[in-house]
Amino acid sequence: MKHTISVLLQNRPGVLSRVTGLFSGRGFNIESLSVAPTLEKDVSCLTLMTSGEDHIIEQITKQLHKLIDVIKVTDISESDYVEREMALIRVKAEPSTRAEILRITDIFRGRVVDVSQKSYAVEVTGTCDKVQAMIDILRPIGIQEIIRTGTIAMTRANKKY
Amino acid sequence: MKITGAQALLKCLEEQNVETIFGFPGGAVIDIYDAILAQDKITHVLVRHEQAAVHAADAYARVIGDVGVALVTSGPGATNTVTGIASAYLDSIPIVVFTGQVPTALIGNDAFQEVDIVGITRPCTKHNYLVTDVNDLVPTIREAFHIARTGRPGPVLVDLPKDIMASLVKFPEPKPVRMRTYQPTYEPHPGQIEKACKAIMAAKKPVLYVGGGVIAAKAHEELTELAKKLDIPVTMTLMGLGGFPGTDPLSMGMLGMHGTYYSNMAVANCDLLISVGARFDDRVTGRIDAFAPKAQIIHIDIDPTSISKNVKVDIPIVADCKHALAGMNTWLDRNQDLNVNAEKEKHGPWLKQINEWKIEHPLGYVDDPDVIKPQFVVQKLHELTGGDAIITTEVGQNQMWAAQFYHFNHPRAFMTSGGLGVMGYGFPAAIGAQMAAPGRTVIDIAGDGSIQMNIQEMATAMQYKLPVKIAILNNNFLGMVRQWQELFYDKKYSATPLDVAPDFVALAKAYGAVGLRATKPGEVEPVIKEALKTDNLVVMDFVIAREEGVYPMVPAGKATTEMLLV
Repeated sequence: MKHTISVLLQNRPGVLSRVTGLFSGRGFNIESLSVAPTLEKDVSCLTLMTSGEDHIIEQITKQLHKLIDVIKVTDISESDYVEREMALIRVKAEPSTRAEILRITDIFRGRVVDVSQKSYAVEVTGTCDKVQAMIDILRPIGIQEIIRTGTIAMTRANKKY
Repeated sequence: MKITGAQALLKCLEEQNVETIFGFPGGAVIDIYDAILAQDKITHVLVRHEQAAVHAADAYARVIGDVGVALVTSGPGATNTVTGIASAYLDSIPIVVFTGQVPTALIGNDAFQEVDIVGITRPCTKHNYLVTDVNDLVPTIREAFHIARTGRPGPVLVDLPKDIMASLVKFPEPKPVRMRTYQPTYEPHPGQIEKACKAIMAAKKPVLYVGGGVIAAKAHEELTELAKKLDIPVTMTLMGLGGFPGTDPLSMGMLGMHGTYYSNMAVANCDLLISVGARFDDRVTGRIDAFAPKAQIIHIDIDPTSISKNVKVDIPIVADCKHALAGMNTWLDRNQDLNVNAEKEKHGPWLKQINEWKIEHPLGYVDDPDVIKPQFVVQKLHELTGGDAIITTEVGQNQMWAAQFYHFNHPRAFMTSGGLGVMGYGFPAAIGAQMAAPGRTVIDIAGDGSIQMNIQEMATAMQYKLPVKIAILNNNFLGMVRQWQELFYDKKYSATPLDVAPDFVALAKAYGAVGLRATKPGEVEPVIKEALKTDNLVVMDFVIAREEGVYPMVPAGKATTEMLLV
């Protein structure tokens, strides 16, 4: 099963390599990873998607927490959460397919961010599945390049007043 | 007043109660060595290879029960420490390793003797640091010692660029280290203690399975109290030997691949396994689904990642072993209505069964009147030292015979590279142990193969007048691999015969040490006696039965009950 794990860490040199080294050294999967600063100075948030049986996920979270620079580890997929990924997709655009590309982009609420005589680059955000769905639909038209950010996620706020 | 980084480093070591460091100089640490010469609080022991400095610091740490320190230069000095660091990491030994580094301005330029040692040692240290600002130096060193000695202990590396050591800094006032991201759990959850105690009271066939955590936590007294209170038999891992008295009737010795028959049978048949500071290593469990198949499992460990890593645990207790065992003893004392004595009696049939196993297949070997058996040598060492020596080992058959036949009654008396299995550990470890305990008898039980991996340290022992004793169990083979080849590879001895070997007696003499040789069983005792009364480094060369094997043996991947016996 897929898990989205959020890791708060001290922004020190080499900290990212401590995390990735842990995964490669112990044979854990990383499907995507993204990291950026948070509100707090010198603290970064790393979101990673991984998969494995429950005892593997338990080891992953424990091992992450054992790293000295790690402040907090949350398996976000255990609670109610929102996740987003962004992708930039360059598609071959010929006179016969341009309208179709625009229609698909519209359906997925994406937008065109770069245009040339032979291609369109479109931007799309959504869950990992939605981004994948758009890629699958565009594929027959001829995708030239894909850049994805990897998933980021946030637990939903408590709705009780 | 400002002092140099190098002076601040030494002042910091003093503040951490460091008395001895093991090291080897070089260009990048020349400022530190200059500062060492100008003070007299800290003794520096010059080794002959950087790997030995780390093993010596490791054993020193084990003997004193605090942090050991090594100091080396950049580049090859640093890379030579990696084996020692990895060994300390797997055995959870608190050491701090200081490595020199090229000046900060040169880092990343492939400068002379530059290596990214922080990157190289990231997976085999508990934590590591590169100091890039002299103002961070002292706080970093304080943090390094704090991390090394607390929680599950381990090695910490601090990389020190040359210019930082030469820069001036004001020495900051000592203050306790507080880290937001690192707060090990020492106190057990009371609810878990109660659960564990109730499980113990309900068990008919309990076994205590004890690892190095008991020694690290200095919990041997609490453990002995618990075992005796309820008459619970105790088995120990290689790292746990000495955590419970080896000659006590409740001791079953070591378990696992070369463990005793009765230990492995007891674990396979117990209804409750109480694991204390052990980590269910593959050499202990054998085939994992056949390990303690009938037992409920309690696991006490300060490191949450150890719990349910290899074997699913029923009652986890994340805590320091000493605190957890004390908590259990207190709970059992307080709940007298549960009638501890009745429980003790209930274990009678179980102890009787274990005793039958002990009689059925005791730890033993086939004696030979003409050829020296290695087990006999270890037994004689035990007898003639009154079981009171500090024993270090190399790795292989020598290590297993030492573990099986030298019955350790005290913690911190047995030093071996348990997790990583480093040939060449024992001799530098003996040097470290002797530095820590000058009055004690320190013996390295070695093989003729492994002793050669750090034999250059004879010069170190001679230089510091350390009367370490080396007992070489010499079979002209890399014996453990040979044993595997004999049993599982049709006796095809690929690369295991050591056809060319030095004359160890002459080699000892070349260093100014004493060399003694025994070739007949009758010569073993006189040689050991002679060595023990000699106030010098002594090499004892015991020419032993060439193809003697270590038994019992659980073949790799088999259940621990599928033992090959003598």
